[in-house]
Amino acid sequence: MTTTTPSTRKQTSDAEGSSRAYKLGAVGGDWLDQRVAGGGLVKFMARKIFPDHWSFMFGEVALYSFVILLISGVFLTMFFDPSMEEVIYSGPYEPLQGLMMSRAFESTLEISFEVTGGLLFRQMHHWSALVFMVAIFVHMFRVFFTGAFRKPRELNWIVGFSLMVLGMVAGFSGYSLPDDVLSGNGLRVIDGLMKAVPVVGTYLSMLLFGGEFPGTAVIPRLFTVHILLVPAMILGLIAIHMVLLVLHKHTQYPGPGRTERNVVGFPVFPVYAAKAGGFFFLVFGIITFISATTSINAVWNYGPYDPSPVSAGSQPDWYMLWTDGGLRLIPGWESTIFGYVLSWNILIPMVIYGLLLGVLALYPFLEAWVTGDDRERHVNDLPYNAPVRTGLGVAWIMTYLILALAATNDIIAVALQLSINDLTWALRIAFFVVPVLSFYITKRLCLSIQRHKREKALHGEESSRIVRTETGDMIEIHTPLSEFDRWVLVQHDDYRPLSAGKGVSSLRAKATSFFFKDRISPVTPSELREALEHSGHEKHVIDELTGGDYRTPAEKTQH
Amino acid sequence: MNDNLDGSSPARGLSAIAPKEGGGFPNPGLPPHIHRQADLSKAAEKRAERLVASMFVLSIVGTVLFIAAYFLVTPTGINLFAEEGTPKALWWSNLTTGLGLAIAVFFIGAAAVHWAKTLMPDDEMVEERHDIRGSDETREIAAGIITDGLAESGIARRPVIVTAMVAALAALPIAVLAPLSTLGPLPGGRLHHTFWGQNARQRLARDHDGTPIKLSDVAMNSVFHVMPEGLTHETEHFLEERAKAAAVLVRIDPALSKNEESMAMGVEGVLAFSKICTHVGCPVALYEQQTHHMLCPCHQSTFDVTDGAKVIFGPAHRPLPQLPIEVDDEGYLVAPGDFTEPIGPSFWNIHKEK
Repeated sequence: MTTTTPSTRKQTSDAEGSSRAYKLGAVGGDWLDQRVAGGGLVKFMARKIFPDHWSFMFGEVALYSFVILLISGVFLTMFFDPSMEEVIYSGPYEPLQGLMMSRAFESTLEISFEVTGGLLFRQMHHWSALVFMVAIFVHMFRVFFTGAFRKPRELNWIVGFSLMVLGMVAGFSGYSLPDDVLSGNGLRVIDGLMKAVPVVGTYLSMLLFGGEFPGTAVIPRLFTVHILLVPAMILGLIAIHMVLLVLHKHTQYPGPGRTERNVVGFPVFPVYAAKAGGFFFLVFGIITFISATTSINAVWNYGPYDPSPVSAGSQPDWYMLWTDGGLRLIPGWESTIFGYVLSWNILIPMVIYGLLLGVLALYPFLEAWVTGDDRERHVNDLPYNAPVRTGLGVAWIMTYLILALAATNDIIAVALQLSINDLTWALRIAFFVVPVLSFYITKRLCLSIQRHKREKALHGEESSRIVRTETGDMIEIHTPLSEFDRWVLVQHDDYRPLSAGKGVSSLRAKATSFFFKDRISPVTPSELREALEHSGHEKHVIDELTGGDYRTPAEKTQH
Repeated sequence: MNDNLDGSSPARGLSAIAPKEGGGFPNPGLPPHIHRQADLSKAAEKRAERLVASMFVLSIVGTVLFIAAYFLVTPTGINLFAEEGTPKALWWSNLTTGLGLAIAVFFIGAAAVHWAKTLMPDDEMVEERHDIRGSDETREIAAGIITDGLAESGIARRPVIVTAMVAALAALPIAVLAPLSTLGPLPGGRLHHTFWGQNARQRLARDHDGTPIKLSDVAMNSVFHVMPEGLTHETEHFLEERAKAAAVLVRIDPALSKNEESMAMGVEGVLAFSKICTHVGCPVALYEQQTHHMLCPCHQSTFDVTDGAKVIFGPAHRPLPQLPIEVDDEGYLVAPGDFTEPIGPSFWNIHKEK
């Protein structure tokens, strides 16, 4: 086993040591060290080891698209005027000339049609917002499915979860700013949701809009929320997210040489400085390319906000879809008690959204309670080794997707020529059925993958070459795994249900039964010994029959 | 036997971890390192070096392209590819500046990543982890500092201060409510009334051009988007009033009616309903002439116009409030007063008179 540690690594820079650049660096380094203790920081950070895996890049994509949001956002604030003052449009876009619109919408048109590069930066801002949310979700579920939220990272999971919620707030407050018909109706929905809150609903709505909807206050207020409040909170939480990442050191996937007590990979300097730094430019480049070639949120097609029209096919940005889906699926339930109204057709979806988010946020604590496992866990699970967790994660995603699909039911109905009523009913049923089904299917799939991996660990790879003995027996030739390949298949921990009593509550006993009653026990060293003995015997028989030449007759004639 | 696998005991006594036979398999350690082409062949190394350098050069080309396009392919001024000020000019401006910038940034990234992957050392390094928790000694010192500090503050000996402090800290957040309350006015009766109720017998006008509608204008099965005639840009709170007053006028065959009361509020099958959905307030903008259903495009609440706009599908609960109408001496449609009940999304005290 290589035990190179970062600090003892030999450098072959003797020849370069005398060059001018190095001398300049030394002078600069000395200057900084004496003022900001730069030396200590470099010593602490520069040779920190990070493991390498493609799935670790989703978080990076989220971070980088946030940086692009900041850059493009600063450009946009230079030209955007968050005012709801009504003006008459006289700009270059002919279809809207002479129309009444808010200054906010007019300045959005100016950015799009008159400022050079304005449309590009608008599209980059919108596209990177979509990429930001995709990356957050995928990163979050990478962490979920690999169990990377386990001790000591539970709090960082909460930080990441908060970033996801803030991302939604940032997105909604941002796409409302142009004050177009589409986003205006989005705000009107928010107004309706607030009014449904028992007792204080109408007060909340009045406070948000500074009077009745739409008023003249909401765009300037959302602007402050969008460019100051939310970004500041996101930046602060990103800082905490990163500090905790360095403190905990990154998790790694199981592999030979990787343990709970080490981290195997490459140093921050120079490898990740180049790779991760370079990756920022790649993400930036790809988002710019999309923005140069693909139009998004063409608000001039929607027109300025007016409370009377709405277009068919009104959908929010993708990450808000799920919040709209529940509102479409819920039947028209409303009750009046002592003359006061309870709008279940709004309150029930809100409660469901809250539960979905709440369960996600608290899952690490739930699972820790079930397993009672209080070790530090730095080696990730392979998702199929945690069938119930993986099943729950898939069920959550399916619930989310059903809600998101429900929010596009009108578009689906038109595209597939279905009745909107039938489709809504199908999705209502799917909301209850699909998560349960997908949980069981996922769990069973995980268990069969486990069975397959177990066979592979014991007997090696199937070679599809079968030898017939003189007695007529068929033996398939197996290629044994190397100990490095086998390690990944046998290293994982196994859990089993607990029975109630001896400090285990009956609720926890039931929970462990739900999580662990169906289990494929991992290969044990004695099982492997037995399997190896067996395959040694088999190999002996095969070698006698084939003379040690495993080629098929056809292959033999070819050469 | 339910000990953690590292030998420690779980804090809660019993964990669900299954013990491993003989402590499980031994970790085989890092596998032998496989060298890359550029590590073995000088030619491959040179090739990689040239590729990295040329990608950096390509980025410079992108930067030049971006700057050139920014000044030579503009949406409103000079444009090399299209007549200035046309939509085509904007399209070219967006495309060329965008592609220039994309090339400029992408190839810096591609060069750096390729450099790292082919030329920087790729043998894996190992760093030991340390417990996140502090050592027992550190924890003892920390606990000592806290207990000493608490003792020095006298928090345990001075309950009066503590009580007063808790009260003060609990009271202060209430102060937040004061500035919060000034963000907007109280609703009062605003949500219960619309512009129709402000003046009796207002004419129904076509939305946008503002011309009044005669009964004779309303053909069978036709639909009009309607606003009060007096509601103009000069009206105070113009948009807020529009948001509430918006109505839809339809004419159906009276024989189809399932609702006498609703028909009585119309004239010869001409009926006016609020356009604002009673679910969350989207404009109910779609009218199906064949079925006489009105559909909200936001959440698909469907209202039956022949039955007093009752909900027949979707999340809305209350029917669309009806606007009673009459015909004046000149044959124009007028509304004697307001909608039959408050319009838009239901709220807590919607059924209370204001």
